[in-house]
Amino acid sequence: MADATATRAETRSLSLPRVNGRAVVMILYLVFLMLPIYWLLNMSLKTNSEILGGLTLWPQTLTFANYVTILTDPAWYMGYVNSIIYVTMNTVISVTVALPAAYAFSRYNFMGDKHLFFWLLTNRMAPPAVFALPFFQLYSSVGLFDTHIAVALAHTLFNVPLAVWILEGFMRGVPKEIDETAYIDGYSFPRFFVKIFMPLVASGIGVTAFFCFMFSWVELLLSRTLTSVDAKPIAATMTRTVGASGVDWGVLAAAGVLTIIPGALVIWFVRNYIAKGFALGRV
Amino acid sequence: MDKTTNQKAWFLVLPVLILVAFSAVIPLMTVVNYAFQDTFGNNVFFWAGLSWFEDLLGSQRLWDAFYRQIAFSAIILAIEVPLGIIVALNMPKKGFWASVCLVLMSLPLLIPWNVVGTIWQVFARVDIGLLGYTLDAIGIEFNYTQNFWAAWITIIVMDVWHWTSLVALLAYAGLQSIPDAYYQAAKIDQASRWAVFRYIEFPKMLGVLMIAILLRFMDSFMIYTEPFVVTGGGPGNATTLLSIDLVKMALGQFDLGPAAAFSIMYFLVILAVSWVFYTVMTNLDKRDAQ
Repeated sequence: MADATATRAETRSLSLPRVNGRAVVMILYLVFLMLPIYWLLNMSLKTNSEILGGLTLWPQTLTFANYVTILTDPAWYMGYVNSIIYVTMNTVISVTVALPAAYAFSRYNFMGDKHLFFWLLTNRMAPPAVFALPFFQLYSSVGLFDTHIAVALAHTLFNVPLAVWILEGFMRGVPKEIDETAYIDGYSFPRFFVKIFMPLVASGIGVTAFFCFMFSWVELLLSRTLTSVDAKPIAATMTRTVGASGVDWGVLAAAGVLTIIPGALVIWFVRNYIAKGFALGRV
Repeated sequence: MDKTTNQKAWFLVLPVLILVAFSAVIPLMTVVNYAFQDTFGNNVFFWAGLSWFEDLLGSQRLWDAFYRQIAFSAIILAIEVPLGIIVALNMPKKGFWASVCLVLMSLPLLIPWNVVGTIWQVFARVDIGLLGYTLDAIGIEFNYTQNFWAAWITIIVMDVWHWTSLVALLAYAGLQSIPDAYYQAAKIDQASRWAVFRYIEFPKMLGVLMIAILLRFMDSFMIYTEPFVVTGGGPGNATTLLSIDLVKMALGQFDLGPAAAFSIMYFLVILAVSWVFYTVMTNLDKRDAQ
């Protein structure tokens, strides 16, 4: 009884920011993380003359002109549209093919399963720089250069292994008896998989989709190599800010802030799975 | 869980196999193809044997990039792993503040890599960046486009900023799996803080730490975008890491043969090291299961 009270009291004190060593370490670390982001946000709300005029810790003349520039110029906002199109295609492809494979790895032993599983991981290890040139040639030769699908397929290189690994981690947690009961009840495999199994691992599918989205969103080398005009990602569009009259810092910062938003919006929902996702489902 | 043996499971894996074969095996075969051939242009190729490999292994340029890469990976691992553990140990264990910490810490991980580069490129500038300006104001000369040490410090701090949270999050996940009873037992034994860490927390964290080290090694070994945006490989070749050098060779100079040979050796090095980590990792898994 005394133990329980002690634990509860401890919990309560931990959840409050007291002046103690732990809080100090955490605050220092979080400030270190947030400072550069704050600086980017700060710059995006300033005019160029203020940015170059001197150091100010917050915008003296608050302006949204930099964001307006991006959101009204098709050359700019099409970059976001292109990124979102290929990222979505990639997420759908990766999760769809990974679902049955992850099920197979989590439920069955079959010839070469362990080697196959490791081989999938090796694709996550492949440096994009190694694949940039062959991808460029492959997609050029089949006439897919500068299309969204080319980038989506190229990103499956690291996203399919990721999806298989994370999903396998989630599926392992579903008791096998459920499968067996369903088969006895006369469910066919496809019907069982869609009607019963997929709802059971719904959170896993959500987390996997989030990570596929994220890794495709942050990658630049391959998406830049495979596109020129029509499917150019936002990250590559950002080089436009370097003009004859120097760098347009304000717009560059605003474009940067806008690329952070998609991740920042959904991260709250996956916060408890984020370690699992980054560790390829192995935590 | 006991798994049943069922060779039909191959059909479930088939879509993945076809897709990965298309997006990994075919391009890799192209690389292998170029690595052993030479050309005078016009798509006429002839067998070059191992000459590209011999050329590369004898070239100072490759070895320099390789040593820089090793140095970079070693330094960031030496900073990020201990720092990540410290942060994980100091994180709130549950409640609202734990969630806030998780979200804020994850933020740098979700920023596109060239934006990470841009952020630090601006942040470290002497004229318009907070960090560069502050350092300049207190009398430290800091110019990452001219000075060797400034360039290295910038890319290392940038990587620490970008990825320490990954190590911290994984270590935190490991800590979360320790039952309260372990800590209570330690308290009864009047174990010191160090003993608690050494005999309870560290062994439980070891499995996830191996994953963290594996991931950080892999990703830092193939890092391209962030340092490229900040320094472009300079000043001179000071921060030309392996990937930057490779892209320069393959897409800049279009030296297909050497670039392909380079790619193969590069991939093999990562593969070999990762395989060692992976084996250690799975063995730890097995030991834990027992």
